[in-house]
Amino acid sequence: MLKLTGKNLSFYLLLMPLLLTLGLLIVLPQLDMLGVSLRERISYGEYKFSFLHYTEFFTEPLYWNTFLRTAVMSIMATLLTLLIAFPIAWYIAKVAQGKNKKLLFLACLIPFWVSELVRTYGWMILLRESGIISGFLQWSGLSSGPVELLYNDITVMTGLIYASMLFMVVPLVSTLEGMDDSLVEAAYDLGASTFTVIRSIILPYAMPGVISGCIVVFMLTLGNYLTPTLLGGKHSLWFTEQIFTQFITRFNWEQGAAFGVLLLTLSSLLVWTGLKLSGQSFKQAVAS
Amino acid sequence: MSRSAIKIRHSLLALAVSASTLSISAQAEELRLLTWGGYAPQEVIDQFEKETGIEVKVTKSNNEDMISKLRATRGAGYDLVQPSQDRITGAQKEYRIYKPIDLSKLKSDRFIASMLDATKKNTSVNGKVYGVPHIWGTSGLIANSDQQNLSFNDLCSDDYKGKVSYRLKRPTLIGFAFAMGEDPFAAYNDQKKYAEILGRVEQKLIQCKSNVKAYWSGGDALINLLRSGEVTLAMGWDAGGWKLHKETGKINFVAPKSGALGWIDTFALPAKGKNDEAAYKWINFVMQPEIAAKITDSAGNFTASVGAENYVNKALSNSYKISYNQTSLDNIKWYPPVPAGLEQLEGKTLDRIKAAQ
Repeated sequence: MLKLTGKNLSFYLLLMPLLLTLGLLIVLPQLDMLGVSLRERISYGEYKFSFLHYTEFFTEPLYWNTFLRTAVMSIMATLLTLLIAFPIAWYIAKVAQGKNKKLLFLACLIPFWVSELVRTYGWMILLRESGIISGFLQWSGLSSGPVELLYNDITVMTGLIYASMLFMVVPLVSTLEGMDDSLVEAAYDLGASTFTVIRSIILPYAMPGVISGCIVVFMLTLGNYLTPTLLGGKHSLWFTEQIFTQFITRFNWEQGAAFGVLLLTLSSLLVWTGLKLSGQSFKQAVAS
Repeated sequence: MSRSAIKIRHSLLALAVSASTLSISAQAEELRLLTWGGYAPQEVIDQFEKETGIEVKVTKSNNEDMISKLRATRGAGYDLVQPSQDRITGAQKEYRIYKPIDLSKLKSDRFIASMLDATKKNTSVNGKVYGVPHIWGTSGLIANSDQQNLSFNDLCSDDYKGKVSYRLKRPTLIGFAFAMGEDPFAAYNDQKKYAEILGRVEQKLIQCKSNVKAYWSGGDALINLLRSGEVTLAMGWDAGGWKLHKETGKINFVAPKSGALGWIDTFALPAKGKNDEAAYKWINFVMQPEIAAKITDSAGNFTASVGAENYVNKALSNSYKISYNQTSLDNIKWYPPVPAGLEQLEGKTLDRIKAAQ
């Protein structure tokens, strides 16, 4: 039997807020969601246990495809974000000095002082047919008529990368900052090419940062709702949008809950596969 | 912790408790209203507050959102809501989110009798009435042209390629079904027939998806698309069309050949509403002709209030006259109550249209 006195007691009391938050706000709703997803409506207000909504996901190609599309686009967005963010993070961590460093970091941060909705509308103002870029192209004679830049996959991708840039830059900067410059110098002294230095010195060192950045960006992108819906228009088709529709416009909580549970399971599975493939452990990624 | 510190803490606590009880007792009576944009203009709210002392808190919403919100709380959180009349019985049977209306507390002579009777009939469950009419309007076409002879089918015509917008919701399916010569309302109680009609509409909408600029989701988004000229033909509400007509003089609402779709938004009481008295007071208040006219000016739609048309501003009644003549008025298709199960079918159809590339 556990004795709750003195130090012991205060430890548990201090732990309580965390446990309560996790339990009441995360674990309990998820369990309830699981319960809702496992019932089938028979008639007005009557339900029975069934796997119907899960089989629905696997048998209706529409839902499957939406999930696949969301996952593939999220992976692409994650990789592209990494590709763009890496040089930026390198510059901030290693090249820029003193004040410049802080300024650059601030420049990455400032867009996030504005809410995501406002940022997305900003993109819409820029890209729409009667928008700023279209207007500029016509004014400069580069285009003879209005150009519609919204409502396609490339726009969605741009928006997603823009929205997740910071979450990749921060962990990369913090890991790269810890790297000893002499490692790179030594590699050059021993005759390594720039490519070899990046491949066998910098990348392995930065790997924990890369992994934690990728996990955060992938999860954020997969769970994003605003950007794909607003920028994608009639072709958006995002899995979270599907969940929202089931809950709010179709009143089909059971189906929506099943999708929610599936999204959680499948995305966790994807992250796990990614970790296995890159030979990293979750522990390392979290520690960075 | 020292004794004095504990003492201070206690007195602070006591202070906090007394402050919170004070704030409860000092709080004015309030009415929490869940409604559509424009249905509760500030001017009307102010006047109501002045006359009754009841504070009105407005949340803007739409049909699906209202049902979802009330379903999540089992009918709590609001004192008065305004769903469309065809969406009440289904939601009530399924989730029991409303309570019956006590008609004796309403001044029924302020309502247009035919509309009150129709709404009472359409919102009855087990002999109890759950809704009374407030605002009515239609869905049809909004066109950036002088063309008056239009049909929902024109949304798929090459003349408007890439310049079309509509909502991906049930009215669109029903509008197209009528335009294709079907009668979806007659098939409401025959699921097989209804599914067949939906199948044909689905095919048509997938075929002409390339015509669509964007699916709109809120009235303001649609007005923006039309105003900027990015969209020239859209399915939308009459009020939006008339608003644009007042602004531009050119864009206007057109009742389609197969008939505009008519809806009536009602007043309904949520099952766990806390202030029914205030709700009845609000209903009686806004059904006065002068007040109803003010709401018409703000919402752009006409109300079920007797005599309100005498107070409505001229520009709106002019736009209305261009859009409607007696024949097209008689041709309005009023939504009957939606039976259970249909929305599931429609949902899948809409999902497939959305997913088609």
